[in-house]
Amino acid sequence: MNSIESSHVPLVIRDLNVAYQTKVVVWDADFDAPPGKLVAIVGPNGAGKSTMLKAALGLIPIASGSVRFFGLPYEKARHRVAYVPQRETVDWDFPVSAVDVVAMGLYRRLGWCLPVRRKELDQARAALAKVGLSDYASRQISQLSGGQQQRVFLARALAQDADLYLMDEPFASVDAATERAIVDVLRELRSRGKTAVCVHHDLPTVPEYFDHVALLNMRVVSQGPVDKTFTAENLRKTYGARLTLLEEAAQAVERARVSAQHRATL
Amino acid sequence: MEKRLLPAANSLMNRARQFIPIGLLALLLGLLAWLLNRADSPIGHTHGPGETHANEVRVSRRSGKSITDTGIQWPSREKLWRTLTLADYNTRVVFAGVTALGAAGGLVGTFLLLRKRSLLSDTVSHCTLPGIALAFLIGESMGISGRSLPLLLFGATVTGVLGMMSVAAIRAKSRIKDDAALAIVLSVFFGLGIALLVVIQQLPTGNAAGLAHFIYGKAASMTAGDARLIFFASVAVALVCAALFKEFKLLCFDTDFARTQGWPTLALDLALMGLVVAVTVIGLQAVGLLLVVALLIVPAAAARFWSHRLGVTMLLASLIGAISGLVGVAASALFPKLPAGAVIVLSSVLCFSVSFFFGAKRGLLVRWLDQRRVAARVARQHLLRALYEWCESQALQHLGDPLQLLDRPVPIAELRQANHWNLARLTRLLRLGAAEGLIIWNPDSHACHLSAEGKLEARRVTRNHRLWETYLLHYADVAPQHIHHNADQIEHVIEPNIVNELEELLAGREGGALVPADPEKTTSANSDTPS
Repeated sequence: MNSIESSHVPLVIRDLNVAYQTKVVVWDADFDAPPGKLVAIVGPNGAGKSTMLKAALGLIPIASGSVRFFGLPYEKARHRVAYVPQRETVDWDFPVSAVDVVAMGLYRRLGWCLPVRRKELDQARAALAKVGLSDYASRQISQLSGGQQQRVFLARALAQDADLYLMDEPFASVDAATERAIVDVLRELRSRGKTAVCVHHDLPTVPEYFDHVALLNMRVVSQGPVDKTFTAENLRKTYGARLTLLEEAAQAVERARVSAQHRATL
Repeated sequence: MEKRLLPAANSLMNRARQFIPIGLLALLLGLLAWLLNRADSPIGHTHGPGETHANEVRVSRRSGKSITDTGIQWPSREKLWRTLTLADYNTRVVFAGVTALGAAGGLVGTFLLLRKRSLLSDTVSHCTLPGIALAFLIGESMGISGRSLPLLLFGATVTGVLGMMSVAAIRAKSRIKDDAALAIVLSVFFGLGIALLVVIQQLPTGNAAGLAHFIYGKAASMTAGDARLIFFASVAVALVCAALFKEFKLLCFDTDFARTQGWPTLALDLALMGLVVAVTVIGLQAVGLLLVVALLIVPAAAARFWSHRLGVTMLLASLIGAISGLVGVAASALFPKLPAGAVIVLSSVLCFSVSFFFGAKRGLLVRWLDQRRVAARVARQHLLRALYEWCESQALQHLGDPLQLLDRPVPIAELRQANHWNLARLTRLLRLGAAEGLIIWNPDSHACHLSAEGKLEARRVTRNHRLWETYLLHYADVAPQHIHHNADQIEHVIEPNIVNELEELLAGREGGALVPADPEKTTSANSDTPS
């Protein structure tokens, strides 16, 4: 476990408790995002995955616990952190174009009252190109498919040029092209030494897409490198005795083992 | 025993605390009912004309009379001329003030609409009434004239903000939903205001006739000073909107993201609501508090039908607001009996209706035309594919090249049978196809055939359809019996780059032989003779 103050660790959460009124949602959660890794937060519905991210970002009040980004409280490190909310959280009928939304990632750097200029629009377009949406820059956002909307959100985070990316269900109900685009972007981020933490719901793809995994069910059941942590035993502890899920998980674990062997023989 | 009782008492206290806001409201309501009851009682037996207790009920009855009992007097030609050329200084200032007010209302209203808080402005406007009455009372008791507009508007602002804060507090501290919170606050404050007006009527010096204008609005009674105040306040509101355009846009679109970026969303929200209060308060005199909500929301809602860009939407909204203001104040200047507020609202509602039906981006007409266009295109493509497929079946029977057979006349009866079309529909399709030059068909004959252009198009359409079918068959986990259905829907909206991708994807796959070659790439090399 890392010291909470160490400045090279992108995100450290200690003893985090979050409650909605009297209902505890996250309970004594400890979480570490190692630098330069792709980290998945996995757990059943209602396990508090999104809540943990939102609480870390100060969007939901914390009952107790501490959160440090690069050894600092969020307020002092927010320029190094980019957040990709769930797609459903905004009204996609809003009268703005894709490039407008991406440019929103640059507003903070722009400062108060100053309008968006050509320079910011160019940066936003470059970010859209990275997610394969160059041709859709001036489209109104309601005319984009769900996957394209998700990619617009991703592009907005990319435009921020942060060191840590926190993504809430980026793969939720997206098309294959979008899934591929997101994975490519994640790998490109990793190759530049950036860190990404994704709330993820699809167990079989965990070993394929991520390096680290945190299994969450109110508390963090287990976390660490995928090949050590993503085991049937840990999944059972996280998901309980839901048979279909366990079967799916067992397959995923098996696949992870095979691909690890495959990697070792290469 | 004590230890066991303490937590129970605590939780009881906690639960009780949740009811405090509701209890306070109930208390307030009770007080109000009592006040109204007290004020009501003299009305029952005071019908004499010399009655000193003029009261609110009579005021509203009187103003109601002024609208209904007099026929509209047409202005003299001289007056018409003087008004339209803005000859009087007073007219000029009032025109400028109300027009600017309309424009500012459109700007703020767009943000309010996008923030999904439209009804908040209605609540705020109703909440201003007790403030106006209190300011009047305080002014009178301190010896200043209770009629001074800045004082009244200051009072209006105070209770307007108070009302808004009550809505926020009820929403945050209880489980009462937004709409209920708005309704509660609106009725409580407005009721309080009415009660206070009645109290004012009963003062020996009091005469609330002037105050009633704030309920229904009376642009005609505006002095140049009032109008100047309205004008400069509107300009200030517009300037704030322009300066914080980017910030408000982010706030309205994605508040959570704005917060993670370190924007003070609460302060921004308060600033936006402050602008709403400002427009509401300065709009009171011109439109009246009952209709001020329309000043904010209707132009914005109308503008939304015309553009998908926020900046354009806002400019349009302010334009619609400005024009409505202008029309209203002109009508009120020409026909003093006409209530300006109602005319302003009616003209913006007219703009809204026009936009609703004819708006370029979301209007009913455009959407209907789009739908029809798509339906026509889909139908045409179905017909072309049916013709191609018939020719293809002939080719299979006679072991010929389908391309050679595309010139053959297709019996209409067989076309009908193969596709389960009824005659009327098929005739309509054929007529359309013939009109577009894709099909050569004589209405008297029992057969039709493809034109040169139609042949190309038929091949393209069939190719897209087959490509998509193959793609679904090999790459997507779609039950095969659904493929035709899906392909029917997709091929018409498929984009050229996807077709190219499919081509690459399917190169060398089985079934590829049945996919006709791209007509655009092969026409020159092919022996495809035009008829």
